[in-house]
Amino acid sequence: MPAPAATPAPGPDTGRTVLDSGDIARALSRISHEILERNKGADDLVLLGIPSRGVPLAERIAERIAAVEGRAVPSGSLDVTMYRDDLRLKPARTLLPTQIPDGGIDDKVVVLVDDVLFSGRTIRAALDALNDVGRPRAVQLAVLVDRGHRELPIRADFVGKNLPTSLVQRVRVHLNDVDDEDAVIIEGAGA
Amino acid sequence: MKKHLLSAADLTREDAELVLATADEMRSLADRPIKKLPALRGRTVVNLFFEDSTRTRISFEAAAKRLSADVINFSAKGSSLSKGESLKDTALTLEAMGCDAVVCRHGASGAPHRLANSGWVRASVVNAGDGTHEHPTQALLDAFTMWRHLGPRNGGTLDGLRIAIVGDVLHSRVARSNALLLHTLGAEVTLIAPPTLLPVGIHSWPVETSYDLDAVLPKADAVMMLRVQRERMNGGFFPTAREYSRRYGLDGRRMATLQDHTIVMHPGPMVRGMEITADVADSARSVIVEQVTNGVAVRMAVLYLLLGGSEPAVGTTDGADA
Repeated sequence: MPAPAATPAPGPDTGRTVLDSGDIARALSRISHEILERNKGADDLVLLGIPSRGVPLAERIAERIAAVEGRAVPSGSLDVTMYRDDLRLKPARTLLPTQIPDGGIDDKVVVLVDDVLFSGRTIRAALDALNDVGRPRAVQLAVLVDRGHRELPIRADFVGKNLPTSLVQRVRVHLNDVDDEDAVIIEGAGA
Repeated sequence: MKKHLLSAADLTREDAELVLATADEMRSLADRPIKKLPALRGRTVVNLFFEDSTRTRISFEAAAKRLSADVINFSAKGSSLSKGESLKDTALTLEAMGCDAVVCRHGASGAPHRLANSGWVRASVVNAGDGTHEHPTQALLDAFTMWRHLGPRNGGTLDGLRIAIVGDVLHSRVARSNALLLHTLGAEVTLIAPPTLLPVGIHSWPVETSYDLDAVLPKADAVMMLRVQRERMNGGFFPTAREYSRRYGLDGRRMATLQDHTIVMHPGPMVRGMEITADVADSARSVIVEQVTNGVAVRMAVLYLLLGGSEPAVGTTDGADA
């Protein structure tokens, strides 16, 4: 099942920090430029973060793109809870906000933004959720960390850092907006 | 294990706030091109209605369908119930066909409780109004409507808001469920009715009572008018409809004494000219139509939280370990 990579683990903080706030800032800047390069500008771009930590990441990328291009890029959020394939395996989960920017996603290039790419199941759910919102011209995926172990044929277009991990490890992403610090931490065996 | 929603008293403050927050997300669905979510795909919801209902049954049906559940509508008229079948045999039939939730409206207080705790069905039971007892999803949609209108100017909660519930409290399941739920959510409820239409034991409810509508209205943040339930009355509860209307009806003159932000609510069906005049019901303060819209969102939230996961996130416990 998709590990809730961004959920804080219980117990003492024994993790190893692999990205600090400077690293995260540089990775997001590079991703922003790559998105612009790939799409030859910011025309028709819509950034959708997957809650909870994909949303502030999408906002930061939108800010950087706006700084380069000199105009705002719409950024929103897309909750995938109802579309998860493990919905029935756990108690009913709290829904998180879905905020589709004005103008919708029809014929736009949607860039999904998430913190950690792991099994790929969250992204599959996001693709289903997008299907009910509209029909984008293209969908791309940007993640801060790709930790491998895919269970579905899904890959990211823009990656902040490839992080080889073992399945027993946990990857935690902390962001200022949610956790009062910017850091990516690996916990567990061999960390 | 939590499984049923039988009474507003089953809900803790956390439960109720979870329902409201979930309903808020469900409500945004109305603005999307495809008004459907896959959360209850393959689940069956039975609407078991022994009493007439327009709003509630359609609302539950729309809610279940928007969550992709299969819906079976069952009403007493035109079923074997009119041939004398008992609640038990009806329940066993539903169980044999397989269903995941039973939404039950019944004229007898306690019927949904019986259904939930008898062992006849394994499904989750949602009380959609039982006799003069409770109507918890109506209370949730009323609280949701208040929360959307009054919450933003009150720190996002209902804490300390003054809610006036006016009319036939004696026969009203809506009043009881609202009194319990609004108390849980921190609001201060005042029930206003003639002495004959307040139930025995009202002093044990977490509410204030008053016989004087004009004294309460200027302080209220929300005013909820109740229908006089003639069909449940077999005695003289007030001299004439006209006198009731003059003392306990909401008309334009009384509406003028309300605070600027105060909203006017009615659970429906309303009798224009009796408990509420047409100019009030159609005024800008009236949120009566919005209550219906919110009803679908709230019932989606309840069905999702009861059926969406491996176990319910809100509601009362199963009969076995209660």
